[in-house]
Amino acid sequence: MTSQLQPIQILHHNASEERGEIARLSSFVGAIAITDLVKTTLGPKGMDKILISASNPNDIIITNDGATILTKIYIDNPAAKILVDISRTQDDEVGDGTTSVCVLAGELLREGEKLIAQKVHPQTIISGWRLAVETARNALTKSAVDHSSDKDKFRQDLLNIAKTTLSSKILHTEKEHFANIVVDAVLRLRGGSNLDNIHIIKKSGGSLRESYLDEGFILEKKIGVGCPKRLENPKILIANTAMDTDKIKIFGGKVVVDSMTELSKLEDAEKEKMLSKCKKIVDHGINCFINRQLIYNLPEQYFADHGVMSIEHADFDGIERLALVTNAEIVSTFDHPELVKIGTCKLIEEVMIGEDKVIKFSGVPEAAACTIVLRGATSHILEEAERSIHDALCVLSVTVNETRTVLGAGCSEMLMAKAVDELAAQTPGKKAMAIEAFARALRQIPTIIANNAGYDSSELVSQLKAAHNQGNTKAGLNMRDGCIGNIDEIGVIESFKVKQQVLVSAHEAAEMIMRVDDLLRAAPRPRQQMRH
Amino acid sequence: MSLAFDEYGRPFIIIREQQAKERVKGIEALKSHILAAKTIANIMKSSLGPKGMDKMIVSQDGDVTVTNDGATILDNMQVDNQIGKLLVQLSKSQDDEVGDGTTGVVVLAGSLLEQAESLIEKGIHPCRISEGYEVACKIATEHLKSISDRIEFSKENCEPLIKTAMTCLGSKIVNRYHRQMAEISVRAVLSVADLDRKDVNLENIKMEGKEGGKLEDTQLIKGVIIDKGISHPQMPKTIKDAKICLLTCPFEPPKPKTKNSIEITNAEDFKRLGEIEQQYFIDMVEKVKATGANLILCQWGFDDEANHLLLQNGLPAVRWVGGLDLEKIAMATGGRIVARFEDVSADKLGHAGLVREIGFGTTQDRYLSIEECPNTSAVTIFVRGGNKMIVEEAKRSIHDALCVTRNLIRDNRIIYGGGSAEISAGIKISSKADEIATVEQYAVRAFADALDAIPLALAENSGLAPIETLAAIKAQQLKDNNPRLGVDCNARNTNDMKEQHVFDTLPGKTQQLLLANQVVKMVLKIDDVIKQGAESDE
Repeated sequence: MTSQLQPIQILHHNASEERGEIARLSSFVGAIAITDLVKTTLGPKGMDKILISASNPNDIIITNDGATILTKIYIDNPAAKILVDISRTQDDEVGDGTTSVCVLAGELLREGEKLIAQKVHPQTIISGWRLAVETARNALTKSAVDHSSDKDKFRQDLLNIAKTTLSSKILHTEKEHFANIVVDAVLRLRGGSNLDNIHIIKKSGGSLRESYLDEGFILEKKIGVGCPKRLENPKILIANTAMDTDKIKIFGGKVVVDSMTELSKLEDAEKEKMLSKCKKIVDHGINCFINRQLIYNLPEQYFADHGVMSIEHADFDGIERLALVTNAEIVSTFDHPELVKIGTCKLIEEVMIGEDKVIKFSGVPEAAACTIVLRGATSHILEEAERSIHDALCVLSVTVNETRTVLGAGCSEMLMAKAVDELAAQTPGKKAMAIEAFARALRQIPTIIANNAGYDSSELVSQLKAAHNQGNTKAGLNMRDGCIGNIDEIGVIESFKVKQQVLVSAHEAAEMIMRVDDLLRAAPRPRQQMRH
Repeated sequence: MSLAFDEYGRPFIIIREQQAKERVKGIEALKSHILAAKTIANIMKSSLGPKGMDKMIVSQDGDVTVTNDGATILDNMQVDNQIGKLLVQLSKSQDDEVGDGTTGVVVLAGSLLEQAESLIEKGIHPCRISEGYEVACKIATEHLKSISDRIEFSKENCEPLIKTAMTCLGSKIVNRYHRQMAEISVRAVLSVADLDRKDVNLENIKMEGKEGGKLEDTQLIKGVIIDKGISHPQMPKTIKDAKICLLTCPFEPPKPKTKNSIEITNAEDFKRLGEIEQQYFIDMVEKVKATGANLILCQWGFDDEANHLLLQNGLPAVRWVGGLDLEKIAMATGGRIVARFEDVSADKLGHAGLVREIGFGTTQDRYLSIEECPNTSAVTIFVRGGNKMIVEEAKRSIHDALCVTRNLIRDNRIIYGGGSAEISAGIKISSKADEIATVEQYAVRAFADALDAIPLALAENSGLAPIETLAAIKAQQLKDNNPRLGVDCNARNTNDMKEQHVFDTLPGKTQQLLLANQVVKMVLKIDDVIKQGAESDE
């Protein structure tokens, strides 16, 4: 009789379901909260965040990088997780614009929320946005310029892009200096995009200004004891082989001896085996031997006796880069000296950076790899500097492959917003509202940049809007003087690919969140109970 | 009593307490089941059709999935109710059998049960209802067969197939580029299809996803892509006219399977063993080299020394290739997988026009793409998208489209979508219902009403007035005697689904009816539920 009143449990105990408006509301709230969190870091005058790790309160990161902030914070809201994911993808794909993509998606959703409050159906909003994003992309593509044919101009473009990227980071004060460093480093790759070849070494001490690009290669290792500390025109063998004890790898090998004399004989045999390996190595006619693994004292001594410099424990990346710069090959067997490519450079020497000894290979034949040495007062500054340099390197390597550039400082956004507004004026029906909303979301980017710099954003953005409508397509925000100006002259340039990716990913994520009308949350995995 | 004492005076339980057991009986059980099924159907309803909405699902570990695919939603929903679980199974079997229409089948089952509820209230026995449903289902499937159409296509003219795939993709997030996605799916299926035997092995289509880029960058690659890089940084990254040796034995010292131990008793033995080991590596590489191979794909790892020997001999190699990938590569390149070095020979090598390593974005994730293979019947769809969830959802959508295309190749009969088939079948069933003299008449009529749920949901999701729209279409169908009229979801100003090119496959639709009917019959048969109490932790 009572079953009418008994609730029927459909889902798992503790699992929950949110439907319709409530589901939508919870995604909007989450997404917008994340946006508000990162939006103050946007632009040249954006502020930094301190992140404190939960497990280790001493582990502090100070950063301005959107992706770093977002991946480090704990988030429970599913919509917010989508935003974190696009930011991370943006970081993996193009390296910069990680904050912008999150902010744009968040602003789109904020506009979407208003439309839903006016009882516009989400599907109508989505179809409006689709038209808008297409128009915006066409406008962006049309405004892109390509200077790749003119070498000097292209370099200037790259410098400007680097400066734009760096200007929002801690390296702002030295952006001229660092822009030159990163552009030189990327151009050395000659079109390759393998950033592994650019090695960044952080050494605390000194000031940021003392950072420099080293044309050669720097290995943070020590030269073996008793070896020469300086070699000119060395012959380098790079190896990945065991130089501690050369184990027998055949399975089941086991030593059984019945007397002390046998044992000592075996020990001699082992020693002999190692020495014969050393001899084989020395027979390559080399005078520098670099191994990825450990080198024990015995072989080290043998090498020192034969005038071969030995360097042990070079890590895997180090070995790969070294092989690349010295034009050598990574060797694991030593029976065919005639087949092995021996690497070379002009000079190996042990030098001091700050207070640490490092090994410097200068005058390398293949200049594809290089090293950026960062100096700075504290390790926090160095880490943030490394992230900034990494962003700049990523953007530049993307630009080297996709040479088109667009104007930054809110100019491209205004340009797209104008095109989208024109589309809205021609579109009949409710979709037009969604298209207008898209334009408003685009205009939020310059608004936030101006706000962050402490200027009157409403005034500046409306001036900017007027300028664009009067046909001044190069107008943007001049954040130095707090007015609008010709961005082409100021030289705030961004990579076309980054900008396009921001637009497309932000739209994809916003659409995805918009389409959701039901939120099903599984019960959290139960903790393993302690039995007693 | 349920409690007894042993000789030390410690109590122990003989029969577990009964309170934890739950039991529901008779009509009550039926009603609670129907309620549960209706609740689930209601959740799914809003995902139906081109304007359906998505569901966001947070897993146990906090991972987020956004999807429109009925089977995926139900699978991840953690349904606890026993009837709910039946519906999950229902959707899954539709997915396994047909691959599409997983949402529709659940909505239909829910609606059938809803209609049954009112009949039960009238005092009709559940068994009579199932019998009536059975009759109605038969009428419906026969009617669907009579209104079905055949579409003609060939390898050259695949336009009708693309149109059908587009219908399938219309309800997913990829519908922005659904023309492109549909083309990719159809071309993929056609390249692996055996048109003479009318069969398609979907396992030959591999799907790889990588976040980044845009959905438009999704492409069909005639070959295989694997998520691996070349083993040594200095081996060439591009190999033309590759002769591929596929190995499932490691480039490592032998590990006999039987337990053994080699005892080294003196220094001589030690030296000899060292030499044998060296020789072993050299022999392995020599054997492969002798066949003329210029690329080695190995399922296992390499020793450092072996790796270097391969480099020295100019043999680029890839290690840790998955077993399934290896099989696909073998199929595509015409090679044979070799399990022992002794068996390596030139005729077992696979061939490919171009093998290259590609890197993406700034993190340099490396993929190996094997292209221009002699056997084109292995293809890869490489999905890109702005974030992980989009890539995953796009993969699921493409999978649905692949299934639909395969079904068309197996059986080229189609019926028109947009709810037109359901409406037409409904009309047919209700006219037949009057000819039945027994109580089943009511059940048959209820079946017809239940079919209305699909067009109603479609209309509601598209923002139309559902009942008004349905009534208008029904009247129009009867007047024009045109079974192709359905709900105009995309606002194209025509109700004729032939003009809108909205098709479904006949087997898919029939399967939907049959499966839904079966589950409903099963649920109606249950009149007693005994639930074992949960194990307590005490």
